Amino acid sequence: MPLRAKVASSVSRTAAALSRAAGRGDGSVIGGWIGLKIDPDLLAHLAAGRSIALISGTNGKTTTTRLAAAAVGVLGPVATNGFGANMPTGHTSALAKAGQTPYAVLEVDEHYLAQVLIATEPRVVALLNLSRDQLDRAKEVAMMAQMWRTALAKHPGVHVVANADDPMVVWASAGSPAVTWFSAGQRWHDDSWVCPECGSPIERQADQWWCTGCSLRRPVPQWVVEDDGVVDPRGAWHKVSLQLPGRVNLGNAATALAVAAQFGVRPTDAVSRLSTVASVAGRYAQVVREGRNIRLLLAKNPASWLEAFDMADVAPTLLSINARDPDGLDTSWLFDVDFSPLRGRQVLITGDRAYDLAVRLEVNEVPFQHVRTFGEAVKLVPPGRLEVIANYTAFQDIRAELDRVL
Amino acid sequence: MSSDSIISIVWIYPDLLSTYGDRGNMLILARRAALRGLPVRTVEVRSDQPMPTTADIYLVGGGEDGPQALAAQRLIADGGLHRAVAQGSVVFAVCAGYQLLGGSFFAKGTQYAGLDLLDFRSDRGPTRAVGELGGPIDPRLGLPPLTGFENHGGRTHLGPSVSPLARVSTGIGNDGATEGAWRGKLLGTYSHGPALSRNPAIADLLLRWATGYDTLPPLDDTWADRLRAERMAATAAA
Ligand SMILES: [Zn+2]
Repeated sequence: MPLRAKVASSVSRTAAALSRAAGRGDGSVIGGWIGLKIDPDLLAHLAAGRSIALISGTNGKTTTTRLAAAAVGVLGPVATNGFGANMPTGHTSALAKAGQTPYAVLEVDEHYLAQVLIATEPRVVALLNLSRDQLDRAKEVAMMAQMWRTALAKHPGVHVVANADDPMVVWASAGSPAVTWFSAGQRWHDDSWVCPECGSPIERQADQWWCTGCSLRRPVPQWVVEDDGVVDPRGAWHKVSLQLPGRVNLGNAATALAVAAQFGVRPTDAVSRLSTVASVAGRYAQVVREGRNIRLLLAKNPASWLEAFDMADVAPTLLSINARDPDGLDTSWLFDVDFSPLRGRQVLITGDRAYDLAVRLEVNEVPFQHVRTFGEAVKLVPPGRLEVIANYTAFQDIRAELDRVL
Repeated sequence: MSSDSIISIVWIYPDLLSTYGDRGNMLILARRAALRGLPVRTVEVRSDQPMPTTADIYLVGGGEDGPQALAAQRLIADGGLHRAVAQGSVVFAVCAGYQLLGGSFFAKGTQYAGLDLLDFRSDRGPTRAVGELGGPIDPRLGLPPLTGFENHGGRTHLGPSVSPLARVSTGIGNDGATEGAWRGKLLGTYSHGPALSRNPAIADLLLRWATGYDTLPPLDDTWADRLRAERMAATAAA
């Protein structure tokens, strides 16, 4: 590594440590920010010589990154940005902190994939899904798919691990010479009714989908979720015991195993490590308070709300909605979510934008109670399970409230 | 109302124009009709299907540039919506769908022909309008103020034979001064997505237009009223 990069890397680590010591966050961004100021090529220098997997997509990337890092961990220590700092500053911090380990699994914000591909020259890129997110500023889904496709075309040596169930992901990957397809299921279809190749309608039947105007169709996946396990490309079924709930996380596990296989890790050696992951940056964390077993689920956009309903137990459920900057300022997406799976459960609502949610639930014929605070919600439900589903800043608010109490 | 006395609501091209929870307007209309005991039928018409000509209410949602241009071409080629309007159907259009009702609009840097159902044309503004949108509605419609959220790069210039829906007190709307447009039973607004969730009075106006009833029994709008009050207070404070 050139001297400038060495200095930058060392300063980056020190800054991250200082940031942590000063209680200003986990240091996962600031260190990389300072390091990149000193040496703009620092990320490339830190990445050189390592085998790297990048994980990107609208939903599930933090969890899949954690699972994939656990699976690749069969080989030894793995550098990873476990706290969701998924832009180049976060990648720089993660690699600077990790020292010499030859393996890295990095979560990448979907808008930054092209840039991080160039900087890190990864061995594997895993593409999970693309759907609408943060309506007031995110790129439209078809444009994101185009960006991915263009970026991947410039890196034909990268092995792509991609979701066969998402037409946008399949189209983005279709130009790459080496693709492994996994099937993780896709509950959300409302961003892929129109073919990104030819504009014709896409038809669906059971698991299958195909374009009615061109040859784009669901590829045959090599990794598939079956019952409570994953089938590998040789047809062997592996039981996957996760602490994380829901079928969506079995899909994330299948993706993690497919990524690890590109590092030469056999699924039989990796599955037991997946069960060590208990929570991911607070997601799925369970805490007990006043006799209530509270579980936190993060849902940021319509697709992830559908997955959250699937993950949640049939139990009293608190929904919390904010529309602050990190959430996006527009709450229109509430009408893209069908809340009817919550009918029959005790539903409580809170958050800055609880009234938007109230109007949505009324139209959806889901009875609810409005509460001002999280504490009020805890008192209103009987002892036992309380599921909490919240969008980004609402989730952070509730985490902070739980931390203060416990 | 169509002869079978069921209010029929068509959602136009949800495969192209459904970017911001646009389904909400169809759900809200159906619910508010049903709560009054008015039988209602909702139909989602995809862009590869012929447009029915006899529905009572047509809804046009928002979308990105590409789908908007495609929707315009298909609606013009189909002609069904024009026939329905000629027969007195109600149209409620938001955002990109609103622009479609005019003579022309811009998408992907190119001018496209609109449906020419209302006397206005749209072009590109100097800035993107993103945020809360609100203001007093044309008094002839007898409605409380408009409140909504806008997200568009267009500016809309109204001709003499169409009226603005509202004057702008918050946001940009057509041009920073007026917002939306209406004539007869056609109404368009930049308040996008589920615009009716914050404006149940507009939903009821559309139902009155469709049924010919002068009044409808009131509904319990406690939550919508709280939402309206909260959003209007937030924009007044900003
Ligand atoms: Zn096609």
